[in-house]
Amino acid sequence: MDAIRTDGLTKYYGKARGIEQIDLIVPQGGFFGFIGPNGAGKSTTIRTLLGLIRPSAGRAQIMGLDVVKEREEILKRVGYLPSETAFYPRMSVREALKFSADLHRQDCRKEADRLCERLHLDVGRRIDELSFGNRKKAAIVCALQHEPDLLILDEPTGGLDPLMQREFFAILRERNQAGATIFLSSHILSEVQHNCSDAAIIREGRIIASGSVEELSRTGTKRVSVRGTLDCSALSGVRDLQISQGHTDFLYSGNMQSLLQTAALGDIQDISITEPDLEEVFLHYYGKGGDEE
Amino acid sequence: MTVFWHELRQGRTAFVIWTASIAFLLVICIFLFPEIKDEMGTVGNMFASMGSFTAAFGMERLNIGTLTGFYSIECGNILGLGGAFFASLTGASIISKEEKDKTAEFLLTHPVSRIHVITEKLAAVLTQAAAMDVIIFILSVLSIRSIGEDVPWKEILLLHGAYYLLWLELAGICFGLSAFLCRGSMGIGLGLAAVMYFLNLVANISKQAEFLKYITPFAYCEGADILSDGCLDIRLVLIGMSFAGIGIAAAYIRYAAKDIHG
Repeated sequence: MDAIRTDGLTKYYGKARGIEQIDLIVPQGGFFGFIGPNGAGKSTTIRTLLGLIRPSAGRAQIMGLDVVKEREEILKRVGYLPSETAFYPRMSVREALKFSADLHRQDCRKEADRLCERLHLDVGRRIDELSFGNRKKAAIVCALQHEPDLLILDEPTGGLDPLMQREFFAILRERNQAGATIFLSSHILSEVQHNCSDAAIIREGRIIASGSVEELSRTGTKRVSVRGTLDCSALSGVRDLQISQGHTDFLYSGNMQSLLQTAALGDIQDISITEPDLEEVFLHYYGKGGDEE
Repeated sequence: MTVFWHELRQGRTAFVIWTASIAFLLVICIFLFPEIKDEMGTVGNMFASMGSFTAAFGMERLNIGTLTGFYSIECGNILGLGGAFFASLTGASIISKEEKDKTAEFLLTHPVSRIHVITEKLAAVLTQAAAMDVIIFILSVLSIRSIGEDVPWKEILLLHGAYYLLWLELAGICFGLSAFLCRGSMGIGLGLAAVMYFLNLVANISKQAEFLKYITPFAYCEGADILSDGCLDIRLVLIGMSFAGIGIAAAYIRYAAKDIHG
């Protein structure tokens, strides 16, 4: 059984496109990245999975349960961390955590205490007095304290300092090793590359690529770095060209033979041809008329 | 009952302020009664001879020199209108505030059905209105006792019962509107209560506008009718309760299916 499965999932807001024909499979126990810039449809997909909005067409299942008909059963087993959590006014962190636990009908105090300690979160403070980062920590504890089988995280690290981000991902990896599925929506590609085994890339409401992070990185494009002089004007398939003080750097998706012949004509002290990182892969997918924001 | 208790906690400050304000004005009013009673000759004639104004408040059929007449006119207006504002505001905001304050996403990503949420929210509104009525009733009885008057139990219970139904009706209608709104609920709540109040005044003044009694819930709270009949006009109450029922049913239907964006 898959943790998440969508078939032709589509959502329109009136005539405006939300998502179109999303086919997504997230295996149980996976650490899955969902990549796309702002406005690509990541949050619409997540909101549909959580039953906050109804799909216009298609269907979605979480742990084999239908997101429209079996929403409550699903939410018992899901922890959701939105990009920005709005808590109720005049509540302390302790009260917000208790309210969330009560809605789950669980006593989560032990796990909540453990998480608050790891994230250095003061439960006695009022939520409206907290910084954005500390509110995010409170939202993390709310999402994790009931030990869900599936964690859906929407841009989870905004507001967290680097040390907290490291601690947060350490917690996620522990949960993942214990069997939980992690669905991480992000536009920070290094987060996905360093933590996820599989990923899907969404663009203008459609999935344009999915697979293992390793596979997605194999696009036929190479990062070429040259020390010396190299005239690239005759080469086709050159992008992101940067020339500075004896260094030439570019992404190359053309014929390798042509590159080597051109290199042989130049004055080159050193050359490296490597796989691009996920950020460059992302630009590859969005390069042709993508809506980068 | 998590959402129910949560709503009562969230609405605690507003409830205390509204209840204290209405109760304070009502108690002050009751303490003025002995003076009014002493000057009954002049005041009574004055109130009974103000033309449309007298008709608007039903004063031509009531004796303001009696405690029940005074209570139904002076105290009734404070209690009826004040409580109507509170019930309308609470009913209108209790659902829409979740989207306005963007807490709907937090609430509805927990394993609780929307039907459950809306039922507990409705129960919280009705409980607050009932608690306000009971608290003010107790304070009224104590105030009446302290000015040395006998408590007219039947009349005062009927009046307070009618006001509770009035608040219930307005809260039910506003509750329905609340499920369709994301913001602006405060204006709609206050506006609806005020419009209904004035419709009743118009219905009292003009014979041509008497049909408005079937629209405004203030009609079945009319002290002159309640005191003379010794009961509420069940026909008007049933019409009012069906308006409340339609509002509540609309809230359930709309909220169960709506897309949540906050």
